[in-house]
Amino acid sequence: MTAADLPMPGLALVPRTDEKQSAKDFKTDQEVRWCPGCGDYAILAAVQGFLPELGLRKENIVFVSGIGCSSRFPYYMDTFGMHSIHGRAPAIATGLALTRPDLSVWVITGDGDALSIGGNHLIHALRRNVNLKILLFNNRIYGLTKGQYSPTSETGKVTKSTPLGSLDHSFNPVSLALGAEASFVARTMDSDRKHLTEVLRRAAAHEGTALVEIMQNCNIFNDGAWESLKDSETSDDRMIRLEDGQPVVFGKDASKAVVRGADGHIVVANTADVDDWEIIHYDSHADDPGLAFALSRLADVHSLDNTAVGVFRDVQRPAYDRMVREQVASVRANGEGDLQALLQGKDTWTVH
Amino acid sequence: MSSDAKAVVPLGHVVIRFAGDSGDGMQLTGDRFTSETAGLGNDLSTLPDFPAEIRAPAGTLPGVSAFQLHFADHDIMTPGDRPDVLVAMNPAALKANLKDLRAGSTLIVNTDEFTKRNIEKVDYAANPLDDGSLDSYDVHQIGLTSMTVEALAGFDITKKDAGRAKNMFALGLLCWLYSRSTEGTIDFLKAKFAKKPEILAANIAAFEAGWSFGETTESFSVRYEVKPAPMRAGLYRNITGNPALAYGLIAASQQSGLPLFLGSYPITPASDILHELSKHKNFGVVTFQAEDEIAGIGAALGAAYGGALAVTATSGPGIALKSETIGLAVSLELPLIVVDVQRGGPSTGLPTKTEQADLLQAMFGRNGEAPVPIVAPRSPGDCFDAALEAARIAVTYRTPVLLLSDGYLANGSEPWAVPDATTLPVIEPAFATEPNHDGEFWPYLRDPETLARPWAVPGTAGLEHRIGGLEKADGTGNISYDPDNHEHMVRLRQAKVDAIARSIGPLEVDDPSGEARVLVLGWGSTYGPIGAACRAVRAEGGQVAHAHLRHLNPFPANTAEVLRAYDRVIIPEMNLGQLALLIRGRFLVDAIGYNQVRGMPFTSEELATTITDVIESL
Repeated sequence: MTAADLPMPGLALVPRTDEKQSAKDFKTDQEVRWCPGCGDYAILAAVQGFLPELGLRKENIVFVSGIGCSSRFPYYMDTFGMHSIHGRAPAIATGLALTRPDLSVWVITGDGDALSIGGNHLIHALRRNVNLKILLFNNRIYGLTKGQYSPTSETGKVTKSTPLGSLDHSFNPVSLALGAEASFVARTMDSDRKHLTEVLRRAAAHEGTALVEIMQNCNIFNDGAWESLKDSETSDDRMIRLEDGQPVVFGKDASKAVVRGADGHIVVANTADVDDWEIIHYDSHADDPGLAFALSRLADVHSLDNTAVGVFRDVQRPAYDRMVREQVASVRANGEGDLQALLQGKDTWTVH
Repeated sequence: MSSDAKAVVPLGHVVIRFAGDSGDGMQLTGDRFTSETAGLGNDLSTLPDFPAEIRAPAGTLPGVSAFQLHFADHDIMTPGDRPDVLVAMNPAALKANLKDLRAGSTLIVNTDEFTKRNIEKVDYAANPLDDGSLDSYDVHQIGLTSMTVEALAGFDITKKDAGRAKNMFALGLLCWLYSRSTEGTIDFLKAKFAKKPEILAANIAAFEAGWSFGETTESFSVRYEVKPAPMRAGLYRNITGNPALAYGLIAASQQSGLPLFLGSYPITPASDILHELSKHKNFGVVTFQAEDEIAGIGAALGAAYGGALAVTATSGPGIALKSETIGLAVSLELPLIVVDVQRGGPSTGLPTKTEQADLLQAMFGRNGEAPVPIVAPRSPGDCFDAALEAARIAVTYRTPVLLLSDGYLANGSEPWAVPDATTLPVIEPAFATEPNHDGEFWPYLRDPETLARPWAVPGTAGLEHRIGGLEKADGTGNISYDPDNHEHMVRLRQAKVDAIARSIGPLEVDDPSGEARVLVLGWGSTYGPIGAACRAVRAEGGQVAHAHLRHLNPFPANTAEVLRAYDRVIIPEMNLGQLALLIRGRFLVDAIGYNQVRGMPFTSEELATTITDVIESL
């Protein structure tokens, strides 16, 4: 399925073009300056490769970023773009999306930018459900400042600022987003072009705020952070690929299954030991985020065992920007403002 | 209601202060009296003064809320230094305000509240109504609460509710005493209590009882009349600073054709701008109550990028949080209006009191060389014009602009000649629509006259470009770390702000005799007190000139010339000398500071003495 086949309420008001686009149309003349081997290259290529299928006029696409390695992204996209300040991209993008429904607005951020300095803006954007697509490049490290631990680093991480190991407990971006009332939450991997593209398609189609966590490798300061999920030898046993309507099974030959345990918690079991009906079927459109949250909690912070990827949640909830426009429109339908009448007010007197 | 019974004595001007507990409805009483006074055509100026606590403990000094109104048959400039009439609803209100009264002034006290407990609460050793301490005033002891309860005996409301209408009784009495009409207040009550007919009837009855009491009591032998002030012919209304500022923003939106967007976080004393603008969606206004101050300005900047007339409104603590985004707006060169309704600082300071101590924060409170134009209104009504001017500069020069109002302007009011909307200045957004350099679009290629860069909004085909907070190459806007380019860009941004001076009028000087050797230079809300002080000095035969700055960055082009024309320059400010520092630094003028930071507007009396001393020292 391509994006063109999807109903795309999130892009309903964005003008389209009949001209055929290719990835090349979205490349700028600026030299890409990420470190050789950085996971960001793969994400850039995936986004440039995927945008043509949306068929949007490229002047109606905007990338807004904060600060960090990932936030250089807009400079490399031949659309409109703003490289803003640390943590504030969701706030800036909110003002833009609120006033310009004809734009497809994307936020590019990282684990430090979105979850540390910009944590407040992120959770409020998610609860409001403004029509924004937030791509959170998670490399579990501060790269641009040369290697301090981040809010997603595992406890005990030895970095320049934590020579004896970090003491901070980490955030799980998916759990956080679900707790923040997000209407769309997904997790994917920089190097899995097919999966990443599939997730981007669904995010683009969604009306409201979409949060996409992209597990991304920083080969300089945190190389191999996601390796056990990437290595074909180990990934099948560790990664749970969520698919709507399908039973949640993983591992070689679907040897593992996610089931509800006796106390109501969900647990991983050997498929052979459980009946089919015991295996959870996944539905990202479920009203209740409880199961999505529980699945996000299965992942082990250190070993990455049982890390679920895919679309955790994709539900329709009225988008804030649309409601704002509707409120304004309903007032204007009763008559446009009259400046002279406003200035005059109700209590005047005349001096002759 | 007729009142032929008592003699009517004409007065030139009166200052009344209503003071009571913060739950006594003093602000409402003051507002209503102001409305009636405006309707009579008096010139007027008001000063609400209330605590930061919503309901401080009843009967205590911190809980006193006051509203001062100065009205006259001639043009006045301030809410008045000292009240001629103090209405004190309880011992705390008396104690907190008595020091401002001159001997012989009128004092109306609500005796019902002078209970042993209330008197002890404010540490009076004895009941001030009995111990002779008020002998030098014209005291009217009235049981406002009990008379109100008595007047409402027939109503189906509790005694407590009846007592709460005492402010209407007081208002009725004062309206009688100063020959104000009653229709406006009755209409106002009808609208306010439309859904509570019993409360409505009780309030009207209390109001009328107060009026009748004035007419019949022997406590007042005369009533007063203040004739309308001669004003330029035209249509007038009374206006408060925050709504005037909001109207100015709406007008700027209409005059530019740009949709108005406000991103804001609630903060005293700026929240009323958010409240006011949220009422005017029929002008297409979008208001966004953000999660914090940073998001408020962030959203505004995003809207500016998209082509809106974008505004954020806050007070000093909010500016501190917004500083980084203001810096980004300087770098992005996008139009943005940042309203700072100044209050007492530092830190949380005095949220409901006024001050002018954010000038240097507005001027310099950012990292790097980040010049921002500054505009300051001088009176409540002037907030309208200042907002329009801030919008003109922001849009024309593609720059953030700081609009420095303050708590006194925000809540104070004055008569306002209603502007003719058809004669307001037009603001031209002049969006970029096509490539500007050999078929390419260069986002930092400047207009040679204004040095403004093109405003190319998303959705404009062929003008796709990237901007950001990193230093950019002149012209192309591409990231540049080149030393020479950085120096060039820093100077260019400064030159652009300096160039604004070419678009603003000269600094005007009020010097009726033309012989003054002393100049008083002010900015912002000290306009009234400085003007009144200068008049007082001139009335005593002194010669003094007054100039008032609307633009604090850049200064008007003739500022140096004006300063050098006088032997002495006095700069009165509600801070420790911030404009004085700028003037000394920029013009090497040995300005004399006159500084007060009491959270209240200056009294013009004291300032007049200082001016006279300086004149006499020459």
